[in-house]
Amino acid sequence: MDFYSFLIQLLNGLQYGLLLFLVASGLTLVFGIMGIINLAHGSFYMVGAYLAFSLAALTGNLLTAVLLGVTLSVLLGMLLEWLFYRHLYARDHLYQVLMTYGLILVFEELRSILWGDDVHGVAVPVFLSGSIPLTDNLSYPVYRLAISGICLLLAGGLYWLIRKTRLGMMIRAGAANREMAQALGINIEWLYTVVFALGLTLAAFAGMIAAPVSSVYPNMGGEVIIISFVVVVIGGIGSVWGALLAAILIGMSDTFGKVLLPEYAGMTTYLLMALVLLWRPEGLFRRT
Amino acid sequence: MRLTTTSLVLLLALLMLAVFPFVGEKYYVQLISKVMIMAIFAMSLDLLVGYTGLVNLGHAAFFGLAGYVLAKVSPQYEAANLWTTLPLALAVCAAFALLTGLLVLRTSGVYFIMVTLAFAQMLFFLFHDTPFGGGSDGIYIYAKPEIKLDWLGMTGNPINLENFKVFYEFALVLMAAVYLFLRRVLDSNFGRVLIGIKTNEQRMRALGFPTFHYKLASYMLSGTLAGLAGYLAAMQFGFVSPEILGWHHSGSVLVMVILGGMGSLHGAALGAFVFILLQEALSNQAWFGPAAKHWQLAMGLCIIAVALLLPRGLVGLAGVFSRKTRNDEDA
Repeated sequence: MDFYSFLIQLLNGLQYGLLLFLVASGLTLVFGIMGIINLAHGSFYMVGAYLAFSLAALTGNLLTAVLLGVTLSVLLGMLLEWLFYRHLYARDHLYQVLMTYGLILVFEELRSILWGDDVHGVAVPVFLSGSIPLTDNLSYPVYRLAISGICLLLAGGLYWLIRKTRLGMMIRAGAANREMAQALGINIEWLYTVVFALGLTLAAFAGMIAAPVSSVYPNMGGEVIIISFVVVVIGGIGSVWGALLAAILIGMSDTFGKVLLPEYAGMTTYLLMALVLLWRPEGLFRRT
Repeated sequence: MRLTTTSLVLLLALLMLAVFPFVGEKYYVQLISKVMIMAIFAMSLDLLVGYTGLVNLGHAAFFGLAGYVLAKVSPQYEAANLWTTLPLALAVCAAFALLTGLLVLRTSGVYFIMVTLAFAQMLFFLFHDTPFGGGSDGIYIYAKPEIKLDWLGMTGNPINLENFKVFYEFALVLMAAVYLFLRRVLDSNFGRVLIGIKTNEQRMRALGFPTFHYKLASYMLSGTLAGLAGYLAAMQFGFVSPEILGWHHSGSVLVMVILGGMGSLHGAALGAFVFILLQEALSNQAWFGPAAKHWQLAMGLCIIAVALLLPRGLVGLAGVFSRKTRNDEDA
């Protein structure tokens, strides 16, 4: 592999990893703070992608579509938390698995009713549609770089939110000790609604910006959810930074695995997870 | 076994199942055969999830592995011998359980869920992507294995499993046998220790039980029984594909167990019946017309309703109607 092909694979791995991070960060927040195992998280990714598809067609502009889509996602998150998730906080994890499995079926079928079962493409915004020439016949699309950039910005934003703001302090307090935080006057119910909406929106947003690259198709959520759980577990449950590191690790191992050992590429991710967990049974980072 | 309301109901259900092939249509007889095989699968998982407290999200690995063993050792167009292929399939599953169990049991909780998933997915991709596994198209098994009874003086193929009614009764007998076997296991000291581990592993260790060995034994037993279900399923459909190893399959069987009621063997079996029959009913166009195409929506809502409203799964429903059955359930 020459330098430029290597560079392209490196950038692809990074972009895939960072996108995974966006989905997984929402999952790890909801998991780490609210103790909810949310199998339906992948469906939120799918909802985001389909929203981007519909809204971009409606407004003719991906940027407006994403803004509208994010607003809708926040509302959807609050609604779902209020309707379903709220009732399962105190219950065994397995009932959360059962309910969110049901939700996957519901979302998948609603998608089929509303959008049909076809594969749709989403156009890249014009100002990001170029590509950077590397050699005579190799180039790299600007949009993929933009995805990586946006994801990095959001990772920084999450860091700021959790470490430097009052809301972040409340989130950390709620994660550390729910009762104590409540005794100190933090409205936990409201906080959980916010965290859940944030988690859902992160997944939906990832779906929106991924839509032009991956196109939108049935069952796209199912592919993402398992790999996101892998990221969360490798990183250490509840650790956003662990998720970032794990996502990039997985992005790289998957991308290079496909290039170097195509027959065994599917296994690399899971082999990585098994090795990490056997070495450190609680993931790379403990909960922050 | 004490004669309780529950065991009476179960006995009645068993009788009804036994006579069903004499009245039911072929399609439904085959459907119920499939359901009973899944019930074995679900009960085997319940031993881990409901009684040992280990949530396995890679249980389909054993199911699929046994099916693939049968597919691999079956002669191309002739029937294999059940007396050799079944023990072989079960031994492979037990060995795989031992190998992975030594590793996965080092973790616990959510991490255990994920490592079991990881090993199952590795197996999935091994069969899906490499030439050894037959690829994504799967492998056909053209003839069902034969139960030779030469040593009893019966030559030929006395129990013809190619006959769908015979196969049905065969699956029924095995389902009942697995139920009774697990019942015995759970009533033994070994089973009591498993339940103790689920409730409080540290205390069991403090009492001097080598909990790791108990968990490993439970994991192996569960995996081997899942292999039995997988072997039967491969036999029934005459086909194995990587999907039977995939996480969707592991997820479905886990949902069956939770749906029916964890920590209750007949609950797990009930979960399998309800899950598959509900799926079948909701997608029936004769009943629901065009809405049947979107059966997943109704299915999803039913599952959500059970999760939200029935804290102990479907077997908990009995307790809603009568107090008495609630006391009997654990008998």
